Amino acid sequence: MSAPPLPRWADVGVLPLVNLALALLVSSLVVLAVGEDPVRAMDVMVRGAFVYEGSLGYTLYYATNFLFTGLAVSVAFHAMLFNIGGEGQAAMGGLGAALVCLALDAVLPGLLLVPLAVAAAAAFGAAWAFVPAWLQARRGSHIVITTIMCNFIAAGILVSLLTGPLIEPGQSSPASRSFGESARIPAVHEILGAVGIEAAPSPLNLSFALALAACVFVWLLIWRTRFGYAVRTLGHSAQAAAYAGVRIPRAIVLAMTVSGGLAGLMAVNEVLGAQQRLLLDFTAGYGFTGIAVALMGRNHPVGIVLASLLFGALYQGGSELDLEFRTITRDLLPVIQGLIILFSGALAYMLNPPLARLVAVLARRRPRGVPA
Amino acid sequence: MELRGIHKRFGAVHANRGIDLRVERGSITGIIGENGAGKSTLVSILYGFYTADSGEILIDGEPVRLAGTADAIAHGIGMVHQHFMLAPNLTVLENVVLGNEGGLLLARGGQAARTRMAELGTLYGLDLDPDAPVGELPVGLQQRVEILKALLRGARILILDEPTGVLTSQEADRLFDILRVLERDGVTVLLITHKLREILAVTEVVHVMRQGRMVARRETRSTGQEELARLMVGRDVPLAASRGAGGTGPPVLTVEGLSHADPRGAPRLTDVSFDLHAGEILGIAGVAGNGQSELLDVLSGIAPPQSGRMTFAGRTITPSSPADPAALRRLGLAHVPEDRQRRGLVLPFTASESSILGYQEGKEAGPGILLALAAIRQRCADLMGRYDVRPPDPGLRCSGFSGGNQQKLVVARELSAAPRVLLVGQPTRGVDIGAVESVHSRLLDIRDSGCAVLLVSVELDEILALCDRILVMNAGRVVGEVSRGEADAKRIGLMMAGVGRADRASRPADRAAPA
Repeated sequence: MSAPPLPRWADVGVLPLVNLALALLVSSLVVLAVGEDPVRAMDVMVRGAFVYEGSLGYTLYYATNFLFTGLAVSVAFHAMLFNIGGEGQAAMGGLGAALVCLALDAVLPGLLLVPLAVAAAAAFGAAWAFVPAWLQARRGSHIVITTIMCNFIAAGILVSLLTGPLIEPGQSSPASRSFGESARIPAVHEILGAVGIEAAPSPLNLSFALALAACVFVWLLIWRTRFGYAVRTLGHSAQAAAYAGVRIPRAIVLAMTVSGGLAGLMAVNEVLGAQQRLLLDFTAGYGFTGIAVALMGRNHPVGIVLASLLFGALYQGGSELDLEFRTITRDLLPVIQGLIILFSGALAYMLNPPLARLVAVLARRRPRGVPA
Repeated sequence: MELRGIHKRFGAVHANRGIDLRVERGSITGIIGENGAGKSTLVSILYGFYTADSGEILIDGEPVRLAGTADAIAHGIGMVHQHFMLAPNLTVLENVVLGNEGGLLLARGGQAARTRMAELGTLYGLDLDPDAPVGELPVGLQQRVEILKALLRGARILILDEPTGVLTSQEADRLFDILRVLERDGVTVLLITHKLREILAVTEVVHVMRQGRMVARRETRSTGQEELARLMVGRDVPLAASRGAGGTGPPVLTVEGLSHADPRGAPRLTDVSFDLHAGEILGIAGVAGNGQSELLDVLSGIAPPQSGRMTFAGRTITPSSPADPAALRRLGLAHVPEDRQRRGLVLPFTASESSILGYQEGKEAGPGILLALAAIRQRCADLMGRYDVRPPDPGLRCSGFSGGNQQKLVVARELSAAPRVLLVGQPTRGVDIGAVESVHSRLLDIRDSGCAVLLVSVELDEILALCDRILVMNAGRVVGEVSRGEADAKRIGLMMAGVGRADRASRPADRAAPA
């Protein structure tokens, strides 16, 4: 209670690392408990995520998904809105992109079709977020509840379409037909290959660049525009926003729409980049993990880039664990992720007071240690 | 009770530096100091909220360790907080037994407390209806609930932190009567405040704090306002910003029959009418919670009027054509809000960011859709220099400034827009004396330059010192108007309390108050 506030450098730089270390420490205990060597497991994970052939590509490919969903959560969060609906918004984004591709892949060249599909993904995601946003702004329906419900509705829509009108004729698995060649976003290893650089094949595609561009866009929007200023004011104090003449319903709807659009763009990576068709459940929980990414990245694009890399590495390195160890299965991966989310999200400030005290003590000692 | 060498640091802030204090049993002792002098920290240490870094606390000559509020209560220390710690939906009795229920079921402890309440009530003149919901009591009575709660837990040392902030002068007098009875009965009273008048009215000994130190101890009868003010600030201060009356220009803001109800439908403003003239300061006096905040909200466009009209700068605002704060700002209406921490500033923002709050769509923020950060920062630095905001660092978060400097920043921002009408709410609440002086002279300056100023304050002294004309509000109505010449505290105080009016508004608080 009486701890001094943590200096900013420690809050941003040290605290997340300490939390991460703690999460990995507890994960090691879990690995020990199943009877394996945690040091070796960690080694395999790091190699699996960065060193093995093609592993870096996979890590970045996963990170692309987290970038989009993490940014989506953060934009809404700056307006103090908890967008739990990234999953549903991404699913609808996928539907938007798929509809464009299925309808036009025989007609349009890739240079027209892909941008159109990307725009459709963002528009569908945005539209799906608009519904709860409008309900929140005009009717006061709590956004957490409505976005969760919209996730279920989106999943239902996808199921009914993919088992009905959109299913590939003659198939029984719930997936659309593969898109034509013009709807493909080129993979990074192909581009590198074209300029003579040998790279192992991976699903990493140009969506990664789009995700990085989205980071810059979000940074500009939130910290450099009048709109972002209004959103942040609203997020910190609705009273101050009312005082400042911010049109609050409008700000809520716009922030959520941008958030939904970003979540929808996640589908670009999966549907246009990696899969080339619309699969049921292609969102695979990325929308939810985006919440953890945003929390860990402190809702700042730079933090979200770092957190996305971490989660991408976990996904990729974790699947390597499955191959290397008999006792460690893929099921351990959610345990580690869960611990990271627990320590860096839910318990993010648990270590704040002791760390603040430590910093204060060190700061007091330093002048004494230096000869005057 | 005795304190010896109390030190407390918060990071770089050394809030208490070697405090020594002796308080005689059965006395009323005052601790006075500006905001930020370390009074609240000291009180928190006494009540076990904080633990001192070093030093010791003795009660009846015995060193004690106060690791939590439970320890403090066990040692007979009771606290009446500035912001009451009461559950408004519970009755007086339920509040009094809260945390001290004496068993799983309320009935037994409640019965015992009811008996004790009656005893204490007759003993100290603390009459209260045990079954009245606390939320319906006027603040003066709510404060009695707090005092009663402390006494019922066996408090022999009663600490009151800024107890009169929300009271009328009559209510404050009644509080002082109660304190004197308590004193006679051997209760030790510690009164923490920054108001000189009440310290002089009720204490025997007064201690002055400045910048974390106890700088003086005075017998109350041998000191005076001037000396205490000088000790608090460390230099001479003019107590009231006295300056000639303002002229009366043409009316710039006209309000006719304005009414407003809160979301539950309870009327908060009823049929308010007045003209605000260029070059005058019109004061709105009243006990907190009598519609002044709602008046500011409606005038500034934050809340729409439900009936009536307001005319300003050629625009007529009615319930069917309400104006939003942004539109009114563009017409030349500036607003220094009552709650600077939640409204006037965004605390996690830097000073530079907060310096465009309300003007984020205007030219102050830059020419395009992007914020011109460097220009905003430069302008903020400029304002900080002109209005003496310390430290003059535009990059510092607003939460890092003292109350007085936060307020100077808000005043700077609003005045720099060169408004035609300035609404000001509680401009010096929680602000140190130095900043009070600065804010007051700014208000007089802008009045002299022809701006119309509407000043809402619960500090009657402030109203009397600054205003050319005073409207008194009670229960959402304007109950009287007093001009500068005929204003005196007693008369206004009675109006504020709603006394002497034929059509007393039916306010639950009025009904609950004892005759």
